[in-house]
This record gives sequence, C-alpha cells and structure tokens, in this order.
Amino acid sequence: MLKVAYFPGCSLSSTAKEYDVATRLVCEDLEIDLVEIPEWTCCGATTAHITSELTAAALPAKSLIWAEKHNMPITSPCSACFSRLKMAHLNMEKDPNLKKEVEEVTGETYNGKAEVLHLTRVMLEKYGLENIKAKIKKQLKGLKIACYYGCLMTRPAEVCENDRVENPMIMDNLVSALGAEPIKWYYKTECCGAAFSLTKTEIVRKLSGDILKEAKTCGADLVMVACPLCHSNLDARQPEISKLLKTDLNMPILYFTQVMGLALGYDYMDLMMNKHFIDPKPLLKSKGIL
Amino acid sequence: MARIGVFVCHCGTNIAGVVDVTRVAKYAETLPGVRISVDYKYMCSDPGQNTIIDAVKKYNLDRIVVAACSPRMHEGTFRKTIERAGLNPYLMEMANIREHVSWVHSDDKELATQKAMKVMEMAVAKVRRSEALSKMFASIEKRALVIGGGIAGIQAALDIAGAGYKVVLVEKEPSIGGRMAQLDKTFPTLDCSACILTPKMVAVSQDPNITLMTYAEVVEVCGYVGQFDVKIKQKAKSVNSKCIGCGVCVTKCPNRKSLSEFNEKLAPRKAIYTPFPQAVPNVPVIDRETCTFFKTGKCKICEKVCPTGAIEYTQQDEIIKEKFGAVVVATGFNIYDHSNYGEYGYGEIKDVISSLQFERLINSSGPTDGHVVRPSDHKEVKNVVFIQCVGSRDESKHRPYCSRVCCMYTAKQAMLLKDHYPETQSYVFYIDIRSAGKNYEEFVQKAQNDYGVVYLRGRVSKIYERGDKLIVKGADTLSGAQVEVEADMVVLANGLEPKANAKELAQLFHMSYDQYGFYNELHPKLAPVETAISGVFVAGCCISPKDIPDTVAQASATAAKVCALFSKEKLEVEPLIANVNQLTCSGCETCYNVCPYSAIEMEDKEVRRGDMRHVAKVLESVCKGCGACVGSCYCKAVDLKGFSDRQVMNQIETATTELSTND
Amino acid sequence: MKYELQLKNIKEGFRKDVERLSQQKISNCYQCGKCSAGCPVAYAMEYPPTMAMRMIQLGMHDRLMSANTSWFCVSCETCTTRCPREIDIAKVMDTLKIMAQAGKYKLSDNEIPIFDWIFLKSIELTGKIYEIGMIGAYNMLSLNPFKDVFPMGVKMILKGKISFIPHLIYNPIEMIKNIRMFKRIKKKDRERIYEKNA
Repeated sequence: MLKVAYFPGCSLSSTAKEYDVATRLVCEDLEIDLVEIPEWTCCGATTAHITSELTAAALPAKSLIWAEKHNMPITSPCSACFSRLKMAHLNMEKDPNLKKEVEEVTGETYNGKAEVLHLTRVMLEKYGLENIKAKIKKQLKGLKIACYYGCLMTRPAEVCENDRVENPMIMDNLVSALGAEPIKWYYKTECCGAAFSLTKTEIVRKLSGDILKEAKTCGADLVMVACPLCHSNLDARQPEISKLLKTDLNMPILYFTQVMGLALGYDYMDLMMNKHFIDPKPLLKSKGIL
Repeated sequence: MARIGVFVCHCGTNIAGVVDVTRVAKYAETLPGVRISVDYKYMCSDPGQNTIIDAVKKYNLDRIVVAACSPRMHEGTFRKTIERAGLNPYLMEMANIREHVSWVHSDDKELATQKAMKVMEMAVAKVRRSEALSKMFASIEKRALVIGGGIAGIQAALDIAGAGYKVVLVEKEPSIGGRMAQLDKTFPTLDCSACILTPKMVAVSQDPNITLMTYAEVVEVCGYVGQFDVKIKQKAKSVNSKCIGCGVCVTKCPNRKSLSEFNEKLAPRKAIYTPFPQAVPNVPVIDRETCTFFKTGKCKICEKVCPTGAIEYTQQDEIIKEKFGAVVVATGFNIYDHSNYGEYGYGEIKDVISSLQFERLINSSGPTDGHVVRPSDHKEVKNVVFIQCVGSRDESKHRPYCSRVCCMYTAKQAMLLKDHYPETQSYVFYIDIRSAGKNYEEFVQKAQNDYGVVYLRGRVSKIYERGDKLIVKGADTLSGAQVEVEADMVVLANGLEPKANAKELAQLFHMSYDQYGFYNELHPKLAPVETAISGVFVAGCCISPKDIPDTVAQASATAAKVCALFSKEKLEVEPLIANVNQLTCSGCETCYNVCPYSAIEMEDKEVRRGDMRHVAKVLESVCKGCGACVGSCYCKAVDLKGFSDRQVMNQIETATTELSTND
Repeated sequence: MKYELQLKNIKEGFRKDVERLSQQKISNCYQCGKCSAGCPVAYAMEYPPTMAMRMIQLGMHDRLMSANTSWFCVSCETCTTRCPREIDIAKVMDTLKIMAQAGKYKLSDNEIPIFDWIFLKSIELTGKIYEIGMIGAYNMLSLNPFKDVFPMGVKMILKGKISFIPHLIYNPIEMIKNIRMFKRIKKKDRERIYEKNA
C-alpha cells in the first residue's frame, strides 16, 4: 500500500472541505494511505514569500522535516500548499545559507530528502494511470472537460518536473482515462488572480473571467481544477463575473478528485458537490452521469 | 667559450627614453663570453644591421643577442641579418626591452634600466646554450578535400580547381547546393537564390579538376598537412552510373511515405528521389529506410520502368581511401528546432512555421508553387507575424549568441510576402535590428517605409490557437504597450546552429570547437579561415552564423590558403619543434594524449639492436613547438629545439641571481 | 518625457540591495519585453515588468518604489518561466515588496500589506488561517467593512464553507514554539534586509 504524508492545508478544512472529502474517498478506493501530518502549520501560501523569504521557507519546512523523518513522499491536493512545500525544498537546496537559517529558527535539521509531489502526480505516476483505469466503475462518456492547471502546480518549470510547463498534460491524461474528453485549449496555465481574491478583486474578476470565457468558447462543459484558490476564484466569484460580462457563464468548476469520484461510482452528495456556487447537478444529469 | 655580441637598440626614444641603453651595453661587456657590445639608434635599419654584420666579421662572433623589441616584430629580420653574416640564424636571441620594459615601466627609469639589464643577461645566458638548427621540409600531396557542398564548399572547390589543382568535393546529401538552394530570394538585392547558385553547381559538375562525391561522408582521417589519409564512405545510392536522369523512376514510385527534407517537411517525397529538380548530380537515390522493396522485398517498380537499367538494389556502402594535402571544412548549419519553445507551441501548431519553411512556401518551385498558404488548411493568409531571435540571444535555450542573418531575412520575407500578396499585413516582433552590411540598413528601412511592415519592439511571450486564428501575445516596449495580434500564420526567425554531427567531424580532424559546436579559427581576426591544425581550413557557417557574401569570401580565402600551400614544391617547417629521445622514452603515451596538434605518433621500433619498444615520435611537419609534450614527459625524453631544458634553465638561473654589477 | 534622469538621483545602492536580497543579476536584463508581453496584470501596472527592471538597473528607486507595479504582481511566475536571460523576475518583485514592508521605502499600496500582516499574524497566533477573523479584520482595517459580505460571504457561510471557530494547532507546546519561531525569524529578517552582519 502506498503511504503518503498528507498536507491538507487550511483551505481544505474550510472553504474547500469538499476537496478534502473527495480526495480522501478517492484515495481510499485507490488504496493510497494518506497519513495526515500531525500539528501541521499553514504553508504561508501567497503572503509569506512577499513578506519574508525566511518565513516562506520555515513554515513548510516543519512538514518537510516530518515527511523526511517518516520516510514518505509528501503531498498536498492544494496547488498553493504544494508550491510552497516544493519551493521551500528547492530554495533550501539552492541556498545553503537559507537552509541554515531555517534550521536555526525551527530548531530542527533538514537533510533535503523530502520528495514533494502534487496529488495528481501521486495518483498518475506513483499509483499509475493503468491502475486507476482498472478501478473505474462508470465511464464519464460525453463530458467535455477543460483541465485548468493554473500557475502554482506548473511554474516555475522545476515544480512541474516530468510535465511540460507550457502545455501540461497530466490532468488531460487523467480525464481521457476516465472516459471523458479533455478539450484542447490554451488557457490551462493562465493565472486566475490567485491571492488577489480579497485584496484586488477587480483583477481576479478580469483574469478569471478571461479563463471562463475561453473555456466556454472552446466548448467545455465544466472546468476541472486542482487548487482551492483557483476554485474559489472561478466558482465563488463566477456570479459577479457573469454579471460583469453580461452573460450567464454557468460553468461548473469541479475538483479533479470529485471528477474521479464520479467515475468511481460516488454520487453528488458523497462528493459534497452541493457546496459549489455553480451547481453541476443539471449538467451531470443531462449527461446521464448522475 | 662562446663569442657573443650584444646589440642594444634605442628604438628612437621608445626604449632610450626610459632605459639607460648605454649602461645596458656597458653591463653586457662584463658578462662572460661577450666580446663586443654596442648600442645604436635603430638596430633594424640598414646601418644598424650592417653594424651587426661588421661586428661578426671583426670579432669573429658566433652568437648574437639583440636587445630591442618583441621577437614577434623583428626576430625574422635579425635572423636574416646574421644569416647574411654567415651564421646559423638560430644562434640569435632577442631580449625584449621595449614591450616588456620601457613601455610598461616609464614611471621608474632606474628600475627599468636594471630590468633591461637582467632581460638582456637572460638572453645571453640562453644563447650560450643555443645550437645551430637547420630548416626542415616536407612533401605535399597536391589534392584538396572539400567537405560540404553548400555555397562555401562549391566556391572553395571551384577556386582551387580554377588554380589547376585537383579537388574532391564530398557532400552528405544526394545533391550539392546546401541551404542556399532552399532559399527563394537573397537580401538585400533580392536576387533569385537558385538563379545565381545553379550555374555554380553546374560548373562544379563540369570541372575536370573536381571529383564530386554526393551521398558520401568522411569517416576517418589520419596524417598531417601535405599528407592527409582520409577514408570516405560512399553510401549506396542503389542507382548506378548508367542513369541519365530522366526521372521516370521517381514519377512511378508509389511510395510517398517520407517527408521531403529539402522542402522542410512541408511535402511528401518518394522513396527514390532527387532532392530538387536542378539537383547536381541529377541522379536519384533510394532511401532504403522507407523503400517498399527494401522493407518487404516486393515492388521493384523503379527497376521495371528504368530505360537504361540503372537501378542496382545490390549496391553496397563503399569505403574509399584518398590522400590529400589540404582540407577545407564547410559543413554549414542547421536552424534551431523551435519545438523547444513551449510558449510557441512546442512545434505542434501547424501554422507556426520556421523561416526555412517560409522560404519553401514562397518559392515558385516549392511544394505550393509559390503560394503562401497555411500548412494546416491550405488557406491563404492575411495577417502574418514574424518573430525574431528564436533560438538566438536566448540564454535559457543555451543559445546566447546573435545569429546575424535573421533580421535581414525577416525583412526580406516580409517584403516578398507583400510583393506576392499586396493585401497582406506583416508584423515583426524584434529586440534589436542588426543590419550591419552594405545596403542592409536601407533594406530594413525600405521594409518599414515602402512595404508598411509594422515593427514592434518586444519578444513574444506566447502563441496559441483560437478557432482557426493564432493569437500572438507580445509587447512593444517603446510605447510600453502589450500587443495582441490575431494572425493567420506565424513565421519564426530560427537561429543558426552547427550541424548535429559537427563535433564528431571536428574530432576526426582534432579541430577545436566552442560549446555550441562551431569550429574555432586559429585566430578570430588574423587567421579567420585557418584552424589550429595545419592544412585544415574552415569556411562559412560552421565557424559562426554569417550571410552569403561573407561565406563566399571565406570560401575563396580558404582556396587562396590551399593554393599558397600547393604552390610550393616542399613545405618549409620551422625547426623549433619537439624531439623525442627514443632511448629514454618509456612509451607511456602521455605526450601523445596531450598534444593538441596530433603531432605525436606512437611507433613500435627497435631503438637499439634487439631492443624492440613502443615509443613516441614527433611528426616534424605537424609539430608547432608548443612544448606541451615536454612538460608532460615523465622521463624527460622530450626536448624542444630552440627552447631546450638547458637553455631555459640557464635563463631561469640568471633571472634569480642579483645583477653582478659594480657600478 | 515626463522624467529627467539626473545622475545625482541615481541610487546605486538600490540596485545592489535588490540584487543582494533577490540573488538575481538585474544587469542581465536586455529589455526584450517578454515579461511584459506575457504578464497577466501588466495592464494594471504603472510600469510594466520590463520597465521595472530598467528602473532597478538605473537605480530609479523613487519612481519605482512609489509605483503600484510590484504590488500588482500576482506571483504567477509566467515571466520567470519565459525569461530568455534566466532572471527570476517574480522573485525580484517579491524582493521589492519585502523591502517596502520592512520599512526601507514608503508603502505604495495599502491592501496587500494589511492582508499580509493579518494573514501572517493568524499563522503566528494559531498556526493556521482563521478565515472569518481574517476577512473581518481585513475589511475593518482596509475601511471597507461590508466588502464581499453579500452575497458571496453570506452564501459561503450558508454552504458551511466558512467556520466561525478558528482551527488551531491543538498542542499548546507547539503553539508556543510557533510564536517563538516567528520572533527569531523577525530578528533574522531585519539583519538580512538592513545588512546588520555585513
């Protein structure tokens, strides 16, 4: 059984509860053992690195050190947490002085051995696409999905490792494996506005609006994401964006583990899809998936 | 006891202005073995040289020291002087008291004078141990090998052959012509490329002094200047000399599975093919990788339709051994593969094309008969974006250099497009315009002013497809604006890089190359077509990116170098070379490995009667006298003539003693 | 031309500070404009990234640090990924913000520094983020108390997306350790930014 250190992150215990629930359900089915890191602290997300380089490295370091000690790869379903964990690991590798300072402030040593993986990679590379295929109970035929990766799981190039930085395919491959159709579009890695949700909301409305418009133009039924920040910008802000653009976008935004959950036979309420602002029920019903 | 004369030069005030030359001359007289010492205003002048000749005769001198300028300047002059006086020219030493003393120590005349005395004393110490050396000669095989049948190779071959020497021109592809044959027009005159190239290609095939070997590669090189032994692999063409070039076989061949290399993969080609209609030689070859007969054993249509019975499936690759006196390497370039640019679509967006693909599209004998249409849907274009510096000036792609020709060919392509389709609009994204060359800047201005090409200063960040359009996201840094262009086609100005196998070829010749694989010249300014290997010359884009005029000029320069070499009956070689004492050589091969000029050969030799050993030997005509072998030899078996250990040790000992002066 | 660049205004120390803290070689920038071309927020910036890089090269601290440029950088790293000169431009933008927040320059933005302060305070005190408290505090401090309350905020609460109880590290020893760590970090940051050790 594949054992992985699990860093859920703050959002997954509040605004993105449904992502956590779906992730745990899917991992149970795939027999991936998610071991939640005890007493994990916030990764610092979008603010630490613009305030203090040391804070940005020290906050994730505690979790990295735990994973290293317990000899497990560390993963987070949240792209922001993943990015901070990965960047802290890479920055300490690049800058020994930073590593030294982190060790001084945390009072613990880090040997640089933690393997930081995004949850998509744990599933597709560690667990394997073929193995996922074998578990599928329901093919998601007829569903056109725009895979949206955003910034944090793809950039800078070092964090996306085996995948292409400009046109990543890992989620598209997953969608194909589930029997749905990944649409060809080029806004996969455009920015949604990320951390500006509360501070510079007008920017979020523009950037997320562009992404939603493009997905609609390219014929997507829904947008699949792997990040609670992207989700809240594309989903919770969507009514405002629709109003701004003077169209009804009505584009459901689902987490990738929710989409997987559908293929594994879970239903609407199991995956807490009722939490979304844009209700995917009518769409999924019309496609005969629910 | 040696009889040494010391001659101290004033060089006007160049030396005498700082160094007390009289004291230097006086000091020389106190040194053992020095019979006469004089100072003179200009030692290199006729009266100065005569002073030396007279002194040699008067005092019966056998060794000379001239304390003057750098040996680079006048060593040759004074060697000839003492030769006229009846001495061996290698019994003269120069003490450089100008570049090494007066020019760099003008602030302290006393110390400068003392240093000049010491430098002179060291030369005296060295010359005491000098030995007479005799000039050396080697024989020359007066045939040249030219590698690469592009415009550089063609020009070099024609020029060498025109001087009456035999040339073998080796080309990897089935036809000569190279990159220039692929181009439509040439900047800045807009001459038709093929129109000016094909007469030269034909001239090559008709020149009795040129042997053309196409579909062939150099696989092994031994020897040295005057005597290169080269093995050339003639790949099996599967078509023999009975071929009359009628082309029936190509027309009838049913196999269209390959993409034409000549047309930059924009069109299919047959399994039996000539790259283009004007090919020289006009003899097709069979691509055995794709030919149905070679894969399945069935078909043989070409054999059936050939009127002269020229198809020969049983032909084998052949290794041909030849001897050459000199080699011209002109292997040319590839364009940068833009599939490394993810932001430009990883080479997967069909309507984002390379500059060479554009040349083929707009060429009237190209795959679309000169119609510029989109490769994806064959629709005509309206808005076309040109992007400069793709694989040039880009550290992140390990191509930080400027490719030199892209600014110009982009301006040309934009103008040609407007000429063909007046309703089109071109946009050029650039960083800087580099148009140094005769009429080049005017040409670029013309593109902007007369042809309405819109130049935008900024690199493009991303290209993506939306519907059947391409969205190009760029910037114009001059106005501070982000620019988005909806284009029908994007043409990338791919940079130039060496051929994929450039390094392997360099290793055959032991030529040095830079980190990209471009060949290094012997001197970037003063020996731009020579290499560190005597008798191997380079021309064209295999050295660095350059345009056609520069390439042709370099090719002719190599021809001049080859002809100068061949004009001599024997090759005169400087005797200041290494020499192996084979009696003490242990055969460890260290010198063989360190020699940068491949001038050391290992041989199995009976060094004494009954003593058969593996020992090193210096190839006298190849050795440059750099001394790397001397320094590396564990058993002191190698010495350098003119810089023997004894000479150099004498110099060092002198350098480390106090001035034995009593004034 | 709005601005005359006078030699006496040039502050070389500015470029050096940015280079030291960001560990990026700003002189490497040759102004190709690719960062500005791909920047999703350049439209809102007073000076696009290319110009910001030029201003650092020339030491034009007064212009750049009073502009909104770095505060509008959303850290998407598109510029960093595509820069042909391999400069981590996003990190340079981070550095400008770090320098301003450390008090080296006057803050030219309110929203982000307030949000950052609350966000990090929340981590310092609870180890995690406490949304309701954070949003409330942010709205109060940014003098916009009803921002996003209706309909989004209300809907979020109704959907159970936001909880009123802060999530905490439950272990009090860990919490104290956390607060102490922040204290040590602050000291080291001051030393680094003001070059106390150098």
